[in-house]
Amino acid sequence: MKKYSDLEYLRLSKGQKFTYGLASFFASIPVFFKNLFLGIGRFFKNLFVGIGKEFADLGSTFAKGDWKTKISYVIMGFGNMARGQWLRGLLFLAFEAVFIMYMVVAGGYWLSMLPSLGKVGPGEVYNEVLDTYVYQYNDNSFKILLYGVLTIFFIIAFIYTWRMNVKQNKIAEEILATGKPLKSGKDDLKSLVDDQFHKTLLALPLTGILIFTVLPIVFMILVAFTNYDGTHDGYYSNLFTWVGLQNFNTLLNWSSGNNVYAATFGEILTWTLIWAFFATFTNYFLGMFVAMMINKKGIKLKKVWRTILVMTIAIPQFISLLYVSKMFSKNGIVNGLFLSLGWIKEAIPFWDSPTLARIMVIVINIWIGIPYLMLIVTGILMNIPADLYESSRIDGANAWQQFTKITLPYMLFITGPYLLTQFTGNMNNFNVIYLLTGGAPTNAAASSAAGTAGYTDLLITWLFKITTGAEAQYYLASVVGIMVFVVVAVISLIVYNVLPSIKNEEDFQ
Amino acid sequence: MSTNQTPKRHMGLKASARISNTIIYILLIFISIIWLAPFICIVLQSFRVESTWQVGYVIPQQWGLDNYVRLFHSDFTKWYLNTFIIAVAVAVIQTIIVLCMSYTLSRFRFKMRKALMQFMLILGMFPGMLTMIILYRVLKDLGMTQANAVPGLILVYVASSGMGYYVSKGFFDTIPKSLDEAARVDGATRAQVLTKIILPLAKPIVIYTILTAFMAPWGDFVFARYISFGTSAGMNVAVGMYNWLNKDMITSWYTTFCAGGVVVALPVTILFMCLQRYYVEGVTGGAVKG
Repeated sequence: MKKYSDLEYLRLSKGQKFTYGLASFFASIPVFFKNLFLGIGRFFKNLFVGIGKEFADLGSTFAKGDWKTKISYVIMGFGNMARGQWLRGLLFLAFEAVFIMYMVVAGGYWLSMLPSLGKVGPGEVYNEVLDTYVYQYNDNSFKILLYGVLTIFFIIAFIYTWRMNVKQNKIAEEILATGKPLKSGKDDLKSLVDDQFHKTLLALPLTGILIFTVLPIVFMILVAFTNYDGTHDGYYSNLFTWVGLQNFNTLLNWSSGNNVYAATFGEILTWTLIWAFFATFTNYFLGMFVAMMINKKGIKLKKVWRTILVMTIAIPQFISLLYVSKMFSKNGIVNGLFLSLGWIKEAIPFWDSPTLARIMVIVINIWIGIPYLMLIVTGILMNIPADLYESSRIDGANAWQQFTKITLPYMLFITGPYLLTQFTGNMNNFNVIYLLTGGAPTNAAASSAAGTAGYTDLLITWLFKITTGAEAQYYLASVVGIMVFVVVAVISLIVYNVLPSIKNEEDFQ
Repeated sequence: MSTNQTPKRHMGLKASARISNTIIYILLIFISIIWLAPFICIVLQSFRVESTWQVGYVIPQQWGLDNYVRLFHSDFTKWYLNTFIIAVAVAVIQTIIVLCMSYTLSRFRFKMRKALMQFMLILGMFPGMLTMIILYRVLKDLGMTQANAVPGLILVYVASSGMGYYVSKGFFDTIPKSLDEAARVDGATRAQVLTKIILPLAKPIVIYTILTAFMAPWGDFVFARYISFGTSAGMNVAVGMYNWLNKDMITSWYTTFCAGGVVVALPVTILFMCLQRYYVEGVTGGAVKG
């Protein structure tokens, strides 16, 4: 593709400019993927080089260090204690003791069971005392997987701590060599509210995220490679076990003829993207329109209009959405009103026709979304320099030209990242879909096993239906979840790289 | 708008402005009606006593408080109390966690900061619902589901709230760093800078965080339904009232649902309207800074 310089570009006609822009966009996509893979390659290169350096450092510390340092390789914290840093040393030692005890008592067992996820399932066992067969529960696949992952986390934490312990010895030796005193335990505690205050502040939030987000996500990613479902719950009914890539094959393999899962997935994914596109942009432009009407010079009672819209944000969504959904039902208020006015002869089945239901959820989503957009746009409109409008008016621009040449570019520039988060947020907009339609009308072609998908179901509501459905195919749900992640990540990556400016966060300070 | 125009143009502009303003007023009134209609309907229907199912008219033929009486003799009071306890606890704990997180990420420059933020961005791309399956089983083992869902729900809401730091970090970014530095020169520790200097300045964002944290549990449906798992004693208002609208119950509970909606929405709306200013500040700031 030929690249134009700025001057050449300006000489192009409008049509040429457009095709040029389009061509350069598509030309940038392969470059983007090239850079992505190069980036991934660089990451791994740096990782391995980094690990190599760590080992080299471990070796040289051991060779050069004194006997206190050398013992610390085996007994963590020994060096610290020997040099008078009792608090640090005791903490290291305690961590090592806890780790070894845990590995001996439990960790070893969980790790050894991880490859099989349990050997003996529940079953009847002969009991000699009672002279009868008793039903007995044995291995627990769920716990094996959960504690197996936890144990691996723990081992990584141990290796990191051990490495820190060695590093501390090296640093201590260096400080002592210059003749300065080491930090005492009291100094360490003091630094937790001063130099190291960020560690204190982050301890609680990060622990929460680690246990309640990272661990479950790792667990659920692993579940995608097992056959964990309602009939293989790992303890009460049957054990579950590793099945490799089979579940991905079920969901993604279109080639195997009439694969109902793959067809349903493709249909729901398409609708999810269509929905996210319309939900984002209808809200965006209509919200902007409403905000500009309210903010127009000469319009009175600005506060009243704004308050009316803002009030709808306050009311919990489950009330407004459920109520609106019932308003449009066959015997609801809207149909009742239209019938009594004589506009229609029969009730309109708003929620029974696939197309109508899809249009309705987008329209009602406008009703939900405009107040937020109105607030945001109002804030931004006030920041557009007024003299831009003034000078454009003197140059003879009309209101429409002002909008397309000043307001819209400014808005798009400022709200680019916001639009992206809105788009991905809408892809996962559970509340609007589930409370309005519950995914209905039902798609007869979809598999009834996988939670009976409907025409308005998004991937996220389908996921919910799968897990609460009759067969509770958790493995399928986690494959769907991984797919949601992949789609969101790819869209975010591309948009972030195409966006004109990745803002430097330091600019705001 | 048109002070420096010639008289003729002046008149024309004024007339056209009047026409466009009239159109805008008509549109705004229309919009207001559409936005308020469902809420007016729900209030009116909550006072309808002649029937308990859906009807095609808005204004009740017989007025009365029967629905409210029935509401307070149902499990609704239990759900309401559950939701209120959850909302207060979440508001307090989540605010502390979010402030810790956002302040640290805004003010400190430590080694893993960038990596941490990118990691959380990626983490946020996973559908949160996926974690429910495992959290439900773990909480069940701990005895925090079904009838005892309240502590379990508080834990689930609060634990991952550190990931929602974006809006308040954006706010902290706007407080000049020179304030911190001046205090540090005067011998204040980092902790003292936070409590004595930053927090008093951060009042708007603290109120915004409390407000959004308090409001979220009133509308949460997925997690609450998962963890209460069909046990009425552990439900919140959203889950409990959702069941009133299913096929079997709607004919006898529809108007009670309307009454419940009013009782739930009223306090939350009043609180929200009082603190509206802070909410608007938070939302607009958050969107601009991304």
